Amino acid sequence: MARITIDPMTRIEGHLRIDVEIEGGKVKDAWTTGTLFRGFEIILQGRDPRDAWHITQRICGVCPTSHGHTSSMSMDDAFKVRPPDNGRILRNIIEGAQFVHSHILWFYHLNALDYVDVVSALKAQPKEGSLKKVQAKLKSFVESGQLGPFANAYWGHPAYKLPPDVNLIAVAHYLEALEMQAKAAQVSALFGGRMPMTMTSPPGGVTHVPTVDDLKNYLFRVKELQAWIDNVFLGDLLAIAPFYLGAAGVGKGPANFLSWGVFEDASFDPKKRLLPRGAVFAADFPKVHEAKPEDVMEHTKYSWYKGSKPLNPAVGETDPEYTGYDVNKKYTWAKAPRLQGKPMEVGALARMVVAYASGQPVAKKLIDDTLAKIGHAGKPQVLFGIIGRIAARTLECKMVADSMYQWGLDIIENIKKGNTAVYTDYKIPNKAQGIGLWEAPRGALGHWIDVDNKRIKNYQCVVPTTWNVCPRDDNGMRGPIEEALIGTAVHDSEKPLEVMRVVHSFDPCLACTVHVIHPESNRIMDFKVS
Amino acid sequence: MGKKDEVSQQFLEALEFRGIKRRDFLKYCGATAALLGLSEVYGPKIAAALEKATKRQPVIWLNFASDSGCTEAFIKATYPSPAEVILDILSVDYNETIMAAAGKQSEEILASSRKTGGYILIVEGGIPTKKGHGMIGNREMLDVFKETAASAVAVIAIGSCATDGGVPAAKPNPSQIIGTGAAMEKTGIKKPLINLDLCPVNPEYLVGVVVNYLLLGKIPDLDHLGRPKMFYGQTIHDNCERRAHFDGGRFVEKFGSPEEALGYCLYKMGCKGPMTYSACPKIQYNARTSWCIKAGGPCIGCAERGWTDKFAGFYEPLPGVKIPGLGGVEAGADKLGAIAAVATAAGIAVHAATTAASGRTKDKDGGKK
Repeated sequence: MARITIDPMTRIEGHLRIDVEIEGGKVKDAWTTGTLFRGFEIILQGRDPRDAWHITQRICGVCPTSHGHTSSMSMDDAFKVRPPDNGRILRNIIEGAQFVHSHILWFYHLNALDYVDVVSALKAQPKEGSLKKVQAKLKSFVESGQLGPFANAYWGHPAYKLPPDVNLIAVAHYLEALEMQAKAAQVSALFGGRMPMTMTSPPGGVTHVPTVDDLKNYLFRVKELQAWIDNVFLGDLLAIAPFYLGAAGVGKGPANFLSWGVFEDASFDPKKRLLPRGAVFAADFPKVHEAKPEDVMEHTKYSWYKGSKPLNPAVGETDPEYTGYDVNKKYTWAKAPRLQGKPMEVGALARMVVAYASGQPVAKKLIDDTLAKIGHAGKPQVLFGIIGRIAARTLECKMVADSMYQWGLDIIENIKKGNTAVYTDYKIPNKAQGIGLWEAPRGALGHWIDVDNKRIKNYQCVVPTTWNVCPRDDNGMRGPIEEALIGTAVHDSEKPLEVMRVVHSFDPCLACTVHVIHPESNRIMDFKVS
Repeated sequence: MGKKDEVSQQFLEALEFRGIKRRDFLKYCGATAALLGLSEVYGPKIAAALEKATKRQPVIWLNFASDSGCTEAFIKATYPSPAEVILDILSVDYNETIMAAAGKQSEEILASSRKTGGYILIVEGGIPTKKGHGMIGNREMLDVFKETAASAVAVIAIGSCATDGGVPAAKPNPSQIIGTGAAMEKTGIKKPLINLDLCPVNPEYLVGVVVNYLLLGKIPDLDHLGRPKMFYGQTIHDNCERRAHFDGGRFVEKFGSPEEALGYCLYKMGCKGPMTYSACPKIQYNARTSWCIKAGGPCIGCAERGWTDKFAGFYEPLPGVKIPGLGGVEAGADKLGAIAAVATAAGIAVHAATTAASGRTKDKDGGKK
């Protein structure tokens, strides 16, 4: 039996170690390890609660806006304040632009190199002028002998299936996508001041009063993104998919899906969000179950924390304690959250599955049309795996960009009616508790805040990648990525490309994952914030 | 354009092959020259210097206790796309977020780079010093830093985590995270260090420093905190687009209010611009789309050392400041506007006072126009 360790796992956010055992050419067992601990919840204690939405954005530089919004929503809940309609829409817009940038970046710059052989593109015989130029550029780059980020990779691996011409197109779009993800982030900056780390969504709504110039500028920027997503991004998905349909069953995982829901509806009902709240379990797909925060339990038997009893985040007790890497004892900084005792996959696939099962018409049509195009009409279960995760992110990107255009028009309608409010004022109560449940591009995100004497007493986050990258729970049940790796065929244990595909398909973000500590019992309580 | 500095037709064509329009490239060089405080005439010279470089400058980019926000910021640079120019001018040999290789193969790259040396080391994120709290390749991050910094020609610490630990090092600093300068002291590494404080780094600052190095073969003039004076020589308040409203005593008192729509000063909403040294108002973010104060977000002071604790209570107005021009009067935010409105020079005086209050000595040339 061969043991493979991938450390560092690259083309993800943060610090991740993957270990797999191979038997008969297939993964027999797997362990995922978060290797960095920062401890944000401890840092938040004692501070002005309004600072939390800025500080928690620094949990993740890839999805700061999601943390910021979830934090402000936890305070909207605690302070009993509701953003005006324009405030709600502007938060959706800032968040939406982040989803678009994140999905483009993931598809082309983090995930694509597992499927696109950059060196093979040199053998393409392009007829079109711009592709010839890209190929010449690539040639001069390779001939320079300085391969930079493309050095020492798995080029030529037999799991690469694309013909040279398709590889070349993908390389061209890799470069183009670099520009497009930056343009999507500019839309967040237009209303958020800058991206990463937006500045304008405190509790109560947003600070910024949009001008006609902002909205005109916004609508035409969104149109540009929509055109590119429709013509290039979706085109690439459909061009690449036929060559990898054989991998459709790879990386299935537990096939339990959780979405807290994202993009607030005017009714503020989480089941009416653009991507609705709900849970779907493999055992009774496609039934949608209620997703309730009180059903979340976190296990720490295999994580570097003291204590081992599974507890709800609201009453958790944990102390960090590094005891070395031992897969039979403790092997990660990530805890193991469970919903109704089950490991849950979160992310775009989970959101699209929940939306599909809830009968969300746009999601349903996008998925049904795509299934028909790849010859699997009426069989959404075929999407449970690495190919489905790629498809879900692409389709969700289109869905969000299209909605963003409409949101711009909605604000204009409000302004026409004389409604220009973006912010509702509030007073911080002496004591208050609140929960924000939302989605980052990478999946379900929850913030819990407890305010006492107008200061943060407790603050807790359960973040997307913790759900996906978690270790075994107290019953020995693997986390979703660990489970998804089981049975994956590995052609060459020196070059575990197939393992990387499964891990990348979850778009792991480790900065989010391993900061969690619960304040109830931690002993560092005697500091004061100056 | 003199003959000697002329950018060859061939090079510009090569750039176009790379998808970079020549107009954009020359504009980029012009913009870079402006960033460096050089005259626009230097634009073509920069282009020529970059062309002459036969080998792309190797870069090793290490992420420690970061959230990758600075990597994200870096790839948001556009118009023209320094990201692309840098991909072609620099050789980014190691960056875990973008590199194709992983695990064993990426470790091989790092090992071989350390042997060859000659690279610029870019550090993102602070370095945990508590055992097991930060590991790469089953090794402590501090050890990885030490070995990699030892063969670097220079070290650039980008973002406030890299300069002093940043947000995760705020009280009580659970993983005992330290900044790059402190890590160099601790490990006995002596290399030129450039600190680019900000959370996240402004990508234009990073590009400016790198081009400065490639052009002149030396690091730019630094202030007492190791930050390039060209980016950290003046406060945000000095160059703020809402400054006239501060001087006129016109303030926003509620977000989303008519006063906010008129672009009044955010001082009373907690803006830390008067105490924060950075060129944000000039250079802005995301291809100059906007910046914090323009979008109605009061500055939280994230360019300052220790900002998370120093400015805690981000929405509380800065504490009373002394106005020496008025005989040492101490004024809170409410009085300040009124006083400023009658004393035209007060704004400048406040600047000097807050500078002193934050324990900083003003650079000789800082603030001069």
